Amino acid sequence: MLAYSIRRIFEALIVMITVAALAFVLFRFVGDPVNQLVGQDATLAERNLIRQQLGLDDPMPVQFGRFLWKAAHFDFGMSYQVKQPVTAVFASRFPATFELALTAALFATLIGIPMGVYTGIHRDSWVSKVFLTISLIGISLPTFLIGILLIWVFSTLLGWLPSFGRGEVVDLGIWKTGFLTRDGWAHLVLPAITLGLFQLTLITRLVRSQMLEVLRADYIKFARARGLSDRAINFGHALKNTLIPVITVIGLQVGAIIAFALITEFVFQWPGMGLLFLQSVQNADIPVMSAYLFLVAFLFVAINFIVDLLYVWVDPRIRILGTST
Amino acid sequence: MTIVAPDKVAKIARPAGRLRRFIDSDMLHSFVRSPLVMFAALIAVILVGAAFLAPVLAPHDPYDLKSLNLMDGENPPRWIKGGDPRFWLGTDDQGRDIYSTILYGMRSSLLIAMAAVGFALLLGVSLGLVAGYRGGRIDTLIMRIADIQLTFPSILTALLVDGIARTALKGSQLGNSHYVILVVAIGLSFWVQYARTVRGVTLVERNKDYVQAARLIGLSSRKIMFNHVLPNVLSPVLVLATINLALAIITEATLSFLGVGLPSSEPSLGTMIQIGNRFLLSGSWWMVAFPGVTLAALVLAVNLVGDWLRDKLDPRLR
Amino acid sequence: MSPPVLSVRNLRVEFPTRRGTLVAVDDVSFDIGPGEVLGVVGESGAGKSMTGTAVIGLLEPPGRIASGEVWLQGERIDRLPPEKMRRVRGRRIGMVFQDPLTSLNPLYQIGEQLIETIRTHTDASPAVARKRAIGLLEAAGIQGAARRIDSYPHEFSGGMRQRVVIALALAAEPDLIIADEPTTALDVSIQAQIIDLLKTLCRDRGAAIMLITHDMGVIAETADRVAVMYAGRIAEIGPVRDVVQRPQHPYTKGLMGSIPTLEMGGTRLTQIPGSMPRLTAIPTGCAFNPRCNAAFDRCRVERPDPMQTGTGAVACWLAARAADEADPANQMHPTRMAP
Repeated sequence: MLAYSIRRIFEALIVMITVAALAFVLFRFVGDPVNQLVGQDATLAERNLIRQQLGLDDPMPVQFGRFLWKAAHFDFGMSYQVKQPVTAVFASRFPATFELALTAALFATLIGIPMGVYTGIHRDSWVSKVFLTISLIGISLPTFLIGILLIWVFSTLLGWLPSFGRGEVVDLGIWKTGFLTRDGWAHLVLPAITLGLFQLTLITRLVRSQMLEVLRADYIKFARARGLSDRAINFGHALKNTLIPVITVIGLQVGAIIAFALITEFVFQWPGMGLLFLQSVQNADIPVMSAYLFLVAFLFVAINFIVDLLYVWVDPRIRILGTST
Repeated sequence: MTIVAPDKVAKIARPAGRLRRFIDSDMLHSFVRSPLVMFAALIAVILVGAAFLAPVLAPHDPYDLKSLNLMDGENPPRWIKGGDPRFWLGTDDQGRDIYSTILYGMRSSLLIAMAAVGFALLLGVSLGLVAGYRGGRIDTLIMRIADIQLTFPSILTALLVDGIARTALKGSQLGNSHYVILVVAIGLSFWVQYARTVRGVTLVERNKDYVQAARLIGLSSRKIMFNHVLPNVLSPVLVLATINLALAIITEATLSFLGVGLPSSEPSLGTMIQIGNRFLLSGSWWMVAFPGVTLAALVLAVNLVGDWLRDKLDPRLR
Repeated sequence: MSPPVLSVRNLRVEFPTRRGTLVAVDDVSFDIGPGEVLGVVGESGAGKSMTGTAVIGLLEPPGRIASGEVWLQGERIDRLPPEKMRRVRGRRIGMVFQDPLTSLNPLYQIGEQLIETIRTHTDASPAVARKRAIGLLEAAGIQGAARRIDSYPHEFSGGMRQRVVIALALAAEPDLIIADEPTTALDVSIQAQIIDLLKTLCRDRGAAIMLITHDMGVIAETADRVAVMYAGRIAEIGPVRDVVQRPQHPYTKGLMGSIPTLEMGGTRLTQIPGSMPRLTAIPTGCAFNPRCNAAFDRCRVERPDPMQTGTGAVACWLAARAADEADPANQMHPTRMAP
């Protein structure tokens, strides 16, 4: 177990350093940082002074080391676009993305798993068939199209729900939340459904196919022979055994949610990190881009680590395997 | 008994054998028997055909700026009150005919998607062959990169590559490099699956007796390998390419929609939807609805055919 | 004689498929008395597992009981609504499956699985259920049961796991245990221990056993009576001593000939030529006739039903003819078997 953990941490470090190198190359060589900080009419002397202050004359490894050190402290410099520290910009955008992603993930999981169990147990019922047909279409439609469709139906035609922004938020000091107001929730509905729909269908289909497999297992037959109730068998014995692949996929899907949050944020003009990143790409705001790159990589590494820990929690066999080897 | 080099045998026996097997197999049978797949294939063929015949089929040329008239802007489809009989499906804000723009736009989208899949295929297959054949450090390096990339969603990879390339080339006029950037960005996000598949097959083939024997008698085992690995990866690669094509179409549309793909002056399904989306709230639904439906139909049709191919050719990929 | 615990009458199990209906169990009847061990023996595919599965009501759809009756202690159970049948399973009929490695849910401690079973069928509090679970494990020969109750299945060896499985099957003190090949997946050295354990535990609790196996040796040592199945039907049934020493059906004779015994000395083991027909291609007449070296015309045309012989019953025209020749006045007619 310890050796395994060390290996995983080592791998995670390599990923982070690779990404940091990429971000550094982007930062250092794509576009001149000096140009971005001084006006067009700055003299050569002024430029050289800034160059020196920024340490751009130092040897590359030193510069990279400094970049890494700063990155490790979440210091990515100033945004060219808004002239504020990148960290502060991200901190102000993070709650929006987090609340959106969390709601979408809960929506997908809390509906997807029971749906998967249902369609797995009652595989021939018409509800299952209807759902599976719809999910095939849902899995093929691009996220942004779903978002546009929802806006068209629920905002333009019916006028039930707002189509952009976060609505009224409550400032809790470092965190602005939309969870505490009715308006905030109303604004959250459409983006969260858009973002979670793909994951919902994916989780449902996965749980369903896993259930079909597990329900054929001997221990399920034995559980039946012991007279356990259907509920205990389906939810206690079968579902738990489907969870390992489901956890893997949900873990990986958290990554996908971050990626698709970007699209959703664009469609709904949701003031999160994804929208910030898109704006930074269009404006060549390199510090913001490299910070986003770094942050996404960090989230992925962290998620993979958590998924590994969850395995151990669900499946006792992994624990033993780890300690004995 | 004469001894024939294994690669010769393969060359003589394969083509006829493959055709024979295809006809004998229940593949054709199953194709004819599943109406949904036949319908999907038909739709796919019609859409792809229409896209590549755009210059012939389209009544207007959206690239021809002289023919555009802002006075024609935001016309609804012609069966709706206020519609102009010249424009079947209405016009966009610039006065471009939606129907024509869809045809041309679909052509751009398909070209980019196909080129991206081709690029991914070439890159993935060669890296997979190298990794499987050479083994050792190169193998480890390639497969580690593949593993890491696999944890990122492909759309994120494409977006990051696209963003970096865009920023790097800023200053110099982008021009046609929009297309190249998109192809490379999407292609780079798909190569992993090809590499893994090809590497797996290569590892199996490398250890087979005939390759070892060829080595012993000093034949170029590389050539033999090549001749044997490629036929073996043909079906999984074909299945992957079909499924990836749908994904590539979506990725291109998404990037263009997000404003980091093709510029909005270039017609593509993504840019059309992006423009239309701006006018959706004012009620001009046709500007987004028609390209949207086209995109959905194209992706769904390709996906259905891809799913069916996968079930028939390579159930392991499930 | 006390009334039987289990009474199966003319049981027929069918599997509707696209290519026609398969009859997996055909016209099977037998009784099991209180505390009795009935061995059911036959090749794989003979319908013995299917019979057991049908009795406990766990046939996988589309499989179904097409006709016949199953009586448990005077109550007919083959028509019970699912919820009532569920309460019969575990509480009144327990079942042990072939593979102990896959019979236990790998994600739950064995204690959790035992307590769950006990509490499903009784009002026992968690603490009482746990105490009883420990008792059961001890009785099943698990050393240090109080400690090992919190272990996961993978922490036990195959033989130990089968002990746990038996403890689980007996957890709610059923009157009948259906043991389906309980030792097949185990090492030969452990098989005898497990069979012993099963027999002892059931005897102590007064439970009857339906022991399904393809191993005639196990039957000879364990069972009180034996039913020999072939192609979905009972070929011969009777007390173990009689069937083993004086088998009447040519198939049973063949089975006995294939068991090595000490007395045989240097004689070769016999082998039945051919193999059992598949369910899709059961020959007309006696299903065994193509492999039977004593078959005559009638065997190829008319299917024999089990006919009463002194202590048991046999479904064979040879036996019928022998009886006729011995006592033509008292012609033997096909009858339903009774113990």
